[in-house]
Amino acid sequence: MKAGRREFLKLGVAATASVALFPVPAFAQGAAPRVVVVGGGFAGASCARALRQADPRIAVTLVEANATFTACPFSNAVIGGLRELSAQQFTYERVAADGIAVARTTATAVDAAARSVTLADGARVPYDRLVLAPGIEIRWGALPGYDEAAAAHMPHAWRAGEQTVLLRQQLEAMPDGGLVVISAPANPFRCPPGPYERASLIAHYLKTKKPKSKLMILDAKDAFSKQRLFQAAWAELYPGLLEWVPLSKGGNVTSVDAATRTLVTDFGRHQAKVANVIPPQKAGRIADVAGVADGSGWCPIDPVTFESKLQPRIHVIGDAAIAGAMPKSAFAANSQAKTCAAAVARLLAGATPSAPKLINTCYSLVAPDYGISVAGVYQPSPSGQLAEVAGSGGVSPAGAPRATRAAEALLAEAWFRTITDETFG
Amino acid sequence: MRRVVAAAIGFVSIAAAVTAWAEPPAGAAACSGCHPASARMTSPVPRLAGLDRAAIVRAMQDFRSGTRAATVMDRIAKGFTDAEIQAIAAWYATQR
Repeated sequence: MKAGRREFLKLGVAATASVALFPVPAFAQGAAPRVVVVGGGFAGASCARALRQADPRIAVTLVEANATFTACPFSNAVIGGLRELSAQQFTYERVAADGIAVARTTATAVDAAARSVTLADGARVPYDRLVLAPGIEIRWGALPGYDEAAAAHMPHAWRAGEQTVLLRQQLEAMPDGGLVVISAPANPFRCPPGPYERASLIAHYLKTKKPKSKLMILDAKDAFSKQRLFQAAWAELYPGLLEWVPLSKGGNVTSVDAATRTLVTDFGRHQAKVANVIPPQKAGRIADVAGVADGSGWCPIDPVTFESKLQPRIHVIGDAAIAGAMPKSAFAANSQAKTCAAAVARLLAGATPSAPKLINTCYSLVAPDYGISVAGVYQPSPSGQLAEVAGSGGVSPAGAPRATRAAEALLAEAWFRTITDETFG
Repeated sequence: MRRVVAAAIGFVSIAAAVTAWAEPPAGAAACSGCHPASARMTSPVPRLAGLDRAAIVRAMQDFRSGTRAATVMDRIAKGFTDAEIQAIAAWYATQR
C-alpha cells in the first residue's frame, strides 16, 4: 500500500514535470493535468469527485489524514442521545473507486511558486491547480483558559468525533438538577445555527431524562441564525429549562477555568456541571501555511472560481473560505465544491469559467420531530462577493403547524443521507 | 418562450463542447445536495435526472409564485430567473 503510493507519487512527479514547462492550458500538452485537493470533508471529497466527473482526464489526488470521516451535521443528535456516532462516519473507498488517488496523510507545506504540496513524509506532489478544503481549526488560547487540555474537561465538540462522544458521556454522567452551559462564539464560525440546535437537543435530553436540570447559553452575540424560530420553539418545548443570555445581557465569556468548569463573563461567573465551550475558530492550518488566509484567519476568494485572492492557482472552498453571504455549512461546502470543480476544469482546458449560482439549505432539529430550515440562493455581486439573490431565501415560516415542523425533521434526515451519499457513497 | 428554451439548449451544448462533458448550467449542480444524484437512493425528495423538462419548469414556476405548497423550494425557486429555470430543466431532462 505504502510502496504503491510512493510509486504513484514518483510517476506523478515525472508526468507533471513536463507539464510545468508549458503552463497553460494544461490539456494542450497531452499530459493529464493534475489537481491536488487537501481535505476530505464535504467540500474536498465533493470537489475531488466533481472534478473527475467534469473531466475524467484530470488526475486528482485527495490528501486526507483520516481513514474515516466523521460528519458534523446531525452530530448534535449524537450528543442528545438520539443517534450513534457510527451513523456519522464514512470512508473513502467509493471516492477512491472514482479514480481519485487518496493519500492518507497530512499536507505540511505548499510551494505556490513551484506549484507543489509537501506531504508529511516529505514527498512533494506537483499540481496545476490546488484546492484547499481544510475546514476549521480551533483558535486555541483566543479564549483565555481554553486550550487543548481544557477541551478534555470542557469539550468543544465542534469537530465531530471523540469530542462529540465526550460531551454526550458528560451529560449522561451528570446527576439530575445539574447546570449545563454552552458558550457560543462571535461570528464567523462553522455552522451558524449549530450552537442553538445543540442547545435544543441537549434540552430535549434533559427534559426527557433529567428534568430538574437547567441549560444556559452564554452568547458572544445579540442575534443568531433562525433566532425567532428557535426562541418560539424553546418557549413551546422547553419553558423554564433553557435560558439564552445574549452579549448585551452579559453573555460574552471572557475566560474559562477548566478545573472547576467555570465560565467567566463581564457580569459574573457560572460554574457548570457540564460545560460545552464552542471556541473562536479560523481556517484549517494549511490555509495559513499556504498563505491564502488573511488577517481574519479566513480565506478571501474569487466568487466565480473560488481561486484565492492571495495566491494564484490555489482555490479555497468550504468553511475555510470567506464566501460572502454563504454560511459555513456542509450544504454550502458541497455546492461550492461543485462550482469550483467546474471552474477548475474549464481553466485547465483553457476556457473561461461561467458565472455560477449556488444554493444553501440548512436544517436544524429543535426536537426529534421538530425541524426548521434556512435556505438561500447566491451569485457573484458586482463588488466581487457572493451575495444572496434579492427576494430569494429565508427561514421556515413562523407559526407553522407541527406537521410542517415534523416534515422538515424528516427532510433534514433525508438531506443528510443524500449529501453523504453524493460525497462518500 | 420557445426562443428561451432554444437559448438554454444552446448554452448547454456550448458548455459541452468546451469541456467534452454536459456541464450543468448555473445552479443545477447545487440541486443534488437534496435531490439524490444516485438512482439507488430512496428519499422523499425526488430525483431530477430524466424528469420531463416541462414538468421541472412548471414545478419551479409554481414554487416561485407560491401556487404549489413547499417547505424550502418556494424560497429557493425565487432565486432563479425563467431563463435559468429553462436551462436547468433542459439539462436535468437529458441526465440519467
